Amino acid sequence: MDSRVWDNRAWLFVVPVMAFVLFSSLIPMMTVVNYSFQDSMGQNSFFWNGPGWFQNLLDPTTAVGARFQGALLRNFAFSFTVLAIEIPLGIAVALCIPKSGWRVGAVLVAIALPLLIPYNVVGTIWQLFSRTDIGLLGVALGRSGVPFNVTQNAGSAWAVIVLMDVWHWTSMVALLCYAGLKAIPDAYYQAARIDGANRWSVFRNIELPKLRKVLVIAMLLRFMGSFMIYTEPFTVTGGGPGEDTSFLSIDLVKMALGQVDLGNAAAYSLVYNLITLTVCWMFFTYTTHADSKDVA
Amino acid sequence: MLDRIGLKRGDEVHIADASLELHAGSMNVLLGPTLSGKTTLMRLMAGLDRPTSGRLVEDGRDVTGLGVKHRSVAMVYQQFVNYPTLSVYENIASPLRVQGLPKAEIESRVARAAKLMRLEPMLKRTPAQLSGGQQQRTALARALVKQAKLVLLDEPLANLDYKLREELREELPRIFAETGAILVYATTEPAEALLLRGSTATLREGRITQVGPSAALYREPGNLDAARVFSDPPLNELALTVSNGVAALADGSRLPGDGALGALPDGAATLGFRADAAAAAVAVGGDGRDPSHPAFPGTVAVTEISGSESFVHIATDAGLGTLVCLVEGVHAFEPGDRAEARLDLARAFAFGADGRRIAARPAAAPRREPVPA
Repeated sequence: MDSRVWDNRAWLFVVPVMAFVLFSSLIPMMTVVNYSFQDSMGQNSFFWNGPGWFQNLLDPTTAVGARFQGALLRNFAFSFTVLAIEIPLGIAVALCIPKSGWRVGAVLVAIALPLLIPYNVVGTIWQLFSRTDIGLLGVALGRSGVPFNVTQNAGSAWAVIVLMDVWHWTSMVALLCYAGLKAIPDAYYQAARIDGANRWSVFRNIELPKLRKVLVIAMLLRFMGSFMIYTEPFTVTGGGPGEDTSFLSIDLVKMALGQVDLGNAAAYSLVYNLITLTVCWMFFTYTTHADSKDVA
Repeated sequence: MLDRIGLKRGDEVHIADASLELHAGSMNVLLGPTLSGKTTLMRLMAGLDRPTSGRLVEDGRDVTGLGVKHRSVAMVYQQFVNYPTLSVYENIASPLRVQGLPKAEIESRVARAAKLMRLEPMLKRTPAQLSGGQQQRTALARALVKQAKLVLLDEPLANLDYKLREELREELPRIFAETGAILVYATTEPAEALLLRGSTATLREGRITQVGPSAALYREPGNLDAARVFSDPPLNELALTVSNGVAALADGSRLPGDGALGALPDGAATLGFRADAAAAAVAVGGDGRDPSHPAFPGTVAVTEISGSESFVHIATDAGLGTLVCLVEGVHAFEPGDRAEARLDLARAFAFGADGRRIAARPAAAPRREPVPA
């Protein structure tokens, strides 16, 4: 016999959270959705535009579509470059961190320092650092004859932005990996030593497999971070030279707040959001799938 | 052979003067509680760590400080240690691949080890797809396939369930004995040391307290430390003060029947006896007791029932601590019941103030001496 008493009053506890989410995300989000299907001639009068903005956005032959496609490709290129550098570098750094002794604390604090600096400060530091008149990097490169100019040369701008992101975020990957490495029981290393395995096969057959889960999380975090990046490159290059470092967020802000092209910008941000969600979902299913296989 | 091996880290002594002689094809048990130095001693034997004193001799060759790479060693741990991404086959083959053996040789050796460990149907799986017992059998096969001269098993069965433990405990000595390896087996359980036969070294705080054939060592512990390590449930201990051959208990009363202990030298001593040397009985009081079976009345604190026997913990009235008594069968001693512990003095050990056995206890009822394997 079912003796449970149904009492839906418990839902009342959830109401404050629901209300908060409603006002903080849902309602603003719905206004964006609203904009994305309507057009306005000002004076707060709107008329229905159907999927027009979206068609516009996803058609690369239109001006907005070309712009979106350019920014999207740049953004993917940036994310992959940054991941390709930060993940291996983070692992390498983690392997070099001492496992015990007083040096551990000192090294960890030193490594964590870049993570504590606000985004716009990081941007400012690198902006100044790469200036060709007073910046240490800019002046040094200029003197040694390397063509370097962040405001005029796309290669220079990209180099600085990638370098800045690596400097800012490799620490996080390294710290995650360090935690993962610390969790490997000593018996594994002993067993490998007794087997006579060399350093490479210890890394390949013990450390890397044991780090897999941590690395998936690190990749997810770094992908999201770099895919939604705004402040740092904006501070250094402002999206230039030309459009060369205009990533999705920078381009979107320009469109929405600079040109007040609300319809296009609304469609833009919804598609952007959808891409982010999709990638998030892919990572999530991958990790849960890996969990169900239960890699020891 | 271990010759007075010692290991110090800073001022901390990890292993002190450990000497052992290990023969090819023999089973050697290291018995001691957690942190008694079993694993450390094994690491020294393997060449994973370098001893700070003493010598390690193998077949007449001094191998002290020789790295594990240049030794012929295999080791299995309490945790199931396998390479996570490699298949069972590759896991077993890994030490052979490092040695660079020809392919055919690897195949035949792996096949044989897999057969002995009953892993044949699982060779293509990865360790994550195996049960705990299968994972450990993979690790054991990896040790077996290497045909090392020295095989170190560090509590290999501790994480397995009881059925599997019994099964593997039975098979392991036999399987490894065929390879002619020196087998060293660390355990915390006295019963396991007895079941494995061979010889046992008891360890306490980094010192080997006694070495000998397992059964003989159990029956005749030479010192208090060895007796403590080799007793489960814990050894019952009574502090004695001996003067003029008369043994007094901590409460000042004379130990009844102390004559049965033989001539005790004057001074402090400890009477140690296992649960099976003491029987619990409902207190009857009165006279007519056997003087060689002194009784200690008290209150039942706990009863542990294992099925065929019960361990009754009796808190003694005289403030002599709690004594654990063995009673055959299931006995419903409830906590708070009155009961007394009747000690069979003939099966108790007397230890001097320095912890050594002092008086040879009178010969117990003749028993057939099993020949140690």
